[in-house]
Amino acid sequence: MNYKRITLLSGHYGSGKTNIAVNMAARLAGMNLKKKTALADLDIVNPYFRSADSRSELEALGVYLICSEYANTNIDAPAMPQEMYSIVDDKEMTAVIDVGGDERGALALGRISDRIRQEADYDMYLVINRFRPLTPDAESILEVKKEIEDACRLPFTGIINCSNLGAETTAQVIRSSYGFADEVSRLCKLPLRALAVSETLAGQITDAPCEIFPMRLQKRPV
Amino acid sequence: MAEKVLMKGNEAIAEAAIIAGCRHYFGYPITPQTEIAAYMAKRMPKIGGTFLQAESELAAISMVYGASAAGKRVMTSSSSPGISLKSEGISYIAGSDLPAVIVNAQRGGPGLGGIQPSQSDYFQATRGGGHGDYHMIVLTPDSVQEMAELTVKAFDLADKYRMPVMILADGTIGQMMEPVSFDFEVKAAPQKPWATTGTQMKRSHNVVNSLYLKPDELERTNFERFEKYETIKKNEALYEEYMMDDAEIVVAAFGIAARVSKNAVVAARKEGIKVGLIRPVTVWPFPDEPFAKAAKTAKQFISVELSMGQMIEDVKLATGCKVPVTLCNRVGGMIPSPAEVLDAIRNAAKGGKN
Repeated sequence: MNYKRITLLSGHYGSGKTNIAVNMAARLAGMNLKKKTALADLDIVNPYFRSADSRSELEALGVYLICSEYANTNIDAPAMPQEMYSIVDDKEMTAVIDVGGDERGALALGRISDRIRQEADYDMYLVINRFRPLTPDAESILEVKKEIEDACRLPFTGIINCSNLGAETTAQVIRSSYGFADEVSRLCKLPLRALAVSETLAGQITDAPCEIFPMRLQKRPV
Repeated sequence: MAEKVLMKGNEAIAEAAIIAGCRHYFGYPITPQTEIAAYMAKRMPKIGGTFLQAESELAAISMVYGASAAGKRVMTSSSSPGISLKSEGISYIAGSDLPAVIVNAQRGGPGLGGIQPSQSDYFQATRGGGHGDYHMIVLTPDSVQEMAELTVKAFDLADKYRMPVMILADGTIGQMMEPVSFDFEVKAAPQKPWATTGTQMKRSHNVVNSLYLKPDELERTNFERFEKYETIKKNEALYEEYMMDDAEIVVAAFGIAARVSKNAVVAARKEGIKVGLIRPVTVWPFPDEPFAKAAKTAKQFISVELSMGQMIEDVKLATGCKVPVTLCNRVGGMIPSPAEVLDAIRNAAKGGKN
């Protein structure tokens, strides 16, 4: 994948945004050793399972983590980190933004989206997972796409297919999502930019219709 | 929905409730169970159901009371502090012999506590919670799949015995995502001739009430209700036994603690320690039988809990205090790691009592 200065990941919650964001930031940090790479966790809705869970791994790779100072604490406050402005102010920085799920999560991005649009050096990917029950078809994804774009006032530029069934994901499960991803791409009028899969399965996918984005999955408590 | 889907535990509860015929949900948001309300808000209007965010927990549980009295399958959900607020209404529902399903995705306490997972509402759930002599049937899922299956079961049990049933989950199982299948049998709700659906001038009035003006009448109602509870104790206790065949050390754990403990049991077996797990699936009624049986041969029990030691009392009662029972716990939103449970098992294998 070619990366713009800012890469944003959004989509229905639970589609896989955070795993993609963490892996993308790690990869970018390896590519731009001289420049600062930041990962911004703008998810102000979900209390568990977020980018901040990988804080130590990311910091070891030189990724600057921007997230609410209340992430993973007992404070249920939808607070935005003040450092989020550095994403638009510091043009030397390469940034990955993990936008929250759905339109409520994307609302927070609206605070800086006009600056991102003016600079015009961004990609915003719609992350999709065929196995999420509230977004099982292209029509429902189109609805989510519109809701997110209305909330954050930034148009998507591409799609990442992250279809998975958690621990029961197989190459067959992933293959069964190709038609769905094509249909989403057609209906949303957006190019399919990547197929995000766990690195343990990436080798088994030989017929991907687009570039494969291999991921090391975040650790879970059990 | 024959194919599996990927869901949060909270979403699985909501979808399963809809599959079970629940068309009325009344709630008030609280982390970490808000996905249940969010899911219901999206789905209910599309299927002719009612989603209502009440002005408070007290209002929500009273709406549950009303919808249930009218014969509808109805559910509410909350997390620990919200369940405390709902406990008054739950007592009224129990005292009126009404079916209802109540979900508690527990978080750390006491007080406002925190938003991270906990199991410290065990006493509240199994001993009644509100005022007066009553019980709820309490189901404790340990996976997203069980969140779905036990929700359907909760509606069936609530209708069968005309009483409140609680799904006692925790924040982690509510938030974690796993594949889930909804390809299971669902029974239709039974007829409810007692419901307040209007007489059509064809029958006498049905009255739903928990107030008794005569003490002897209230006493008789309580005695009858407790006869029903005895039937439930006999017929409805559920549990899972894991590697129990030759177990000398028995780990007792439910929900998220059971998942952690299973990993520890497998690791301890590899070290040659004869250890097994009893996982209560209902914690009221508590599955006494497998514990009483294991107490005849086991050397020690370890109760693994996300509380200061609440289920441990039921383990002691079920084993008749014949064998030492120790506690392995984390609280306040922390989860014991498999390594911590493994250490407790090793210690027990060496004869340590702490």
